[in-house]
Amino acid sequence: MAYLKPGSTLRHGIAGAALLLAAAAVMGAGGAWAQASATSFIVMASTTSTEQSGLFKHLLPAFKAATGIDVRVVAVGTGQALATARRGDADIVFVHDGAAEQKFVAEGFATQRRDVMYNDFLLVGPKADPAGAKGNHIATALKKLSATTQPIISRGDKSGTHAAELRLWKDAGIEIAKARPAGYKECGCGMGPALNIGSSLNGYVLTDRGTWLNFKNRGDLVVLVQGDRSLFNQYGVMVVNPKVHPHVKADGAQSFADWVVSPAGQQAIDRFKIGGEQLFFANANQR
Amino acid sequence: MRHLHEQALVSLHDADVRFGHTHALRGVTLTLYRGERLMLVGANGSGKTTLLRVLHGLLAPARSSSRQAQALQPEDRLPRAAMVFQRPFLLNLSVRFNVTLGLWLQGMPAAERAARCQAALQRVGLASLATQRARALSGGQQQRLALARAWALQPDILFLDEPTASLDPSAKREVEALIESFADQGVTLVMSTHNLGQAKRLGTRVAYLEAGELVAEREVTDFFSNPDLPERAQQFLKGELPWHT
Amino acid sequence: MNDVTLSLQQAAALVLGADPALLRVVQLSLQVSGTACVLGATLGLLLGAALAVARFPGQALLVGLLNTLLALPSVVVGLVVYLLLSRAGPLGSLGILFTPAAMVVAQSILVVPLVAALSRRLVLTAQADGGDQLQSLGAGRFTTAVLLLLHERFAVLTVLLTAFGRAIAEVGAVMIVGGNIEGVTRVMTTSIALETSKGDLPLALALGLVLLGVVALLNLLIGLLQWRGGAGAQAHVAIA
Repeated sequence: MAYLKPGSTLRHGIAGAALLLAAAAVMGAGGAWAQASATSFIVMASTTSTEQSGLFKHLLPAFKAATGIDVRVVAVGTGQALATARRGDADIVFVHDGAAEQKFVAEGFATQRRDVMYNDFLLVGPKADPAGAKGNHIATALKKLSATTQPIISRGDKSGTHAAELRLWKDAGIEIAKARPAGYKECGCGMGPALNIGSSLNGYVLTDRGTWLNFKNRGDLVVLVQGDRSLFNQYGVMVVNPKVHPHVKADGAQSFADWVVSPAGQQAIDRFKIGGEQLFFANANQR
Repeated sequence: MRHLHEQALVSLHDADVRFGHTHALRGVTLTLYRGERLMLVGANGSGKTTLLRVLHGLLAPARSSSRQAQALQPEDRLPRAAMVFQRPFLLNLSVRFNVTLGLWLQGMPAAERAARCQAALQRVGLASLATQRARALSGGQQQRLALARAWALQPDILFLDEPTASLDPSAKREVEALIESFADQGVTLVMSTHNLGQAKRLGTRVAYLEAGELVAEREVTDFFSNPDLPERAQQFLKGELPWHT
Repeated sequence: MNDVTLSLQQAAALVLGADPALLRVVQLSLQVSGTACVLGATLGLLLGAALAVARFPGQALLVGLLNTLLALPSVVVGLVVYLLLSRAGPLGSLGILFTPAAMVVAQSILVVPLVAALSRRLVLTAQADGGDQLQSLGAGRFTTAVLLLLHERFAVLTVLLTAFGRAIAEVGAVMIVGGNIEGVTRVMTTSIALETSKGDLPLALALGLVLLGVVALLNLLIGLLQWRGGAGAQAHVAIA
């Protein structure tokens, strides 16, 4: 018995329509959203601590007013920021790990690195300070800490802060990789979460001033060491090399690099304050 | 006795069907003739439903068997078939949609679909309920809708699987009357039923199945009055009709 | 308890004050997850229907794979999509990394297995009831599947709602492929993650409450639709 079977036509019709619909939606969405910014923009890879300090909310509008360019900040750890730039997914990098930045330039991913500003690190810990770390010298504090079993929280995420922390331990004569203190804990996380853990465990954390000033969950933690020169944290800016990644918006990125080291940019940096306190110190032309 | 002018529509030779371990049909050989009203009787699980599905073409018998459909004469095309089930499956949409669906699947244009649908609904007396949700109808109404759905396709053969078994007496009568009127218009019927009275009333031929086997097959009057029936068939009749001698 | 009270107050203030940043974030969440749901559900329903009715060698394997993908961690999807869309990857020239389009892609991928697995179950069950009868009317296998989905449309709606819930609640994938860029790719979940990592827990909790509220509202709407649709069934208990 034979039936007419337009069932297959129906099947093909529906499948075809659905695929068309899906394709159209994806392209429509992609196109519409990709072009949603009628203004031009660049993508900047920077660090979580910088973004969370609130600097960009203050700085970037000034840049846009001067040039009309939007800066889209992807804020991740320093390691990830540099990796993002190496892949060509960012147009410009703004991080604070001198050694890693030099390597980036040496590998050819940028032609130049320029100083922009510095901020500083603090050692925070419980008010009672059982390890007796309070003082003016970070090396002494760290030596004292390593002799106790007090919890010490490290970001352990290959960030600029993490790299700085390891350098400070080394300068104090302690190789973390080989002989870590009894209470040393790595969380593989950002500055805020590390402080969260420190606050709940009542432990010691090396943090940047910006994140600390914005951190609201302090519990019993207070600043124990600050002002030591070795706690200073230098920021650098690098435009991703268009010879390596031709699609990169080199002009826009260079605009930012030029602006941020110019008097206008440097003054904007110095004007940024949290609770009346300056966080970042512009030093583009000093070293 | 076969009348010479009767055409064979579907021939089954040695049809065998297994579902896993169950041997649903064992070597059934049967020919369906145009214009007849074939009643399939037998206990539950005897293979009536399976046989219906094989005759209809919903189920393919094992490769050792053969099933053949022949062209109608003088129309010179293969016979169209439709089936009505004990519990009709109606889509959760309107009465009208359920009827037009089959027509749409055949590729019929919209105007013709609408006309046929209206005619079919009127035929079964459901025209006033055309826009109602099909699932909101009563049991009897739903079965009438199933008949409308089948009738709209203008089938040459109508297969029915215990169509009145779930209905109350008055709905039973209505549905039976409709089936009979379809047959009167020349549609070939193949119907399975539990109700031997129904088989007697509606059928021209009766086939008795037991455990997947076609045990006996006779003209209706012969079936109910002939002492020549195989022992098993006689037992069945005795069991179903205690006053049969 | 103090944090929670603070959060409730903050949530109320944000919502009543129609904080523009919050509105932007909520709108983007709905757009991204909504689009992902539409795309993912379309593909998922087709796939689920096809798997329910098709017969081909290795089908069981494919179904097993589908069920495994149900438990796909969103962060893994995010990573894979990132590698695909990165300039260093095969689809880099599309240039949609760090834009909402990438987020839609990632969430669609999360939604497809869920919708496919659930709709496959739906079709299989419905097919047991009526597959034969639809086939008898002349419906091919795939047509039968589509008709059954239409028949079970309220159950399908529940599936879509589940898919939407999965999309709007996930944070791992959109964080990686979107970059959590303020004003561009920041959604409710990534905002919550950000505020938590900043230590601003009351604000994070407040955003969480807003997110819950949005999803609850949607649930309510769908529930109303289903109630209206199902009410018809119970109302007619007529006898012929």
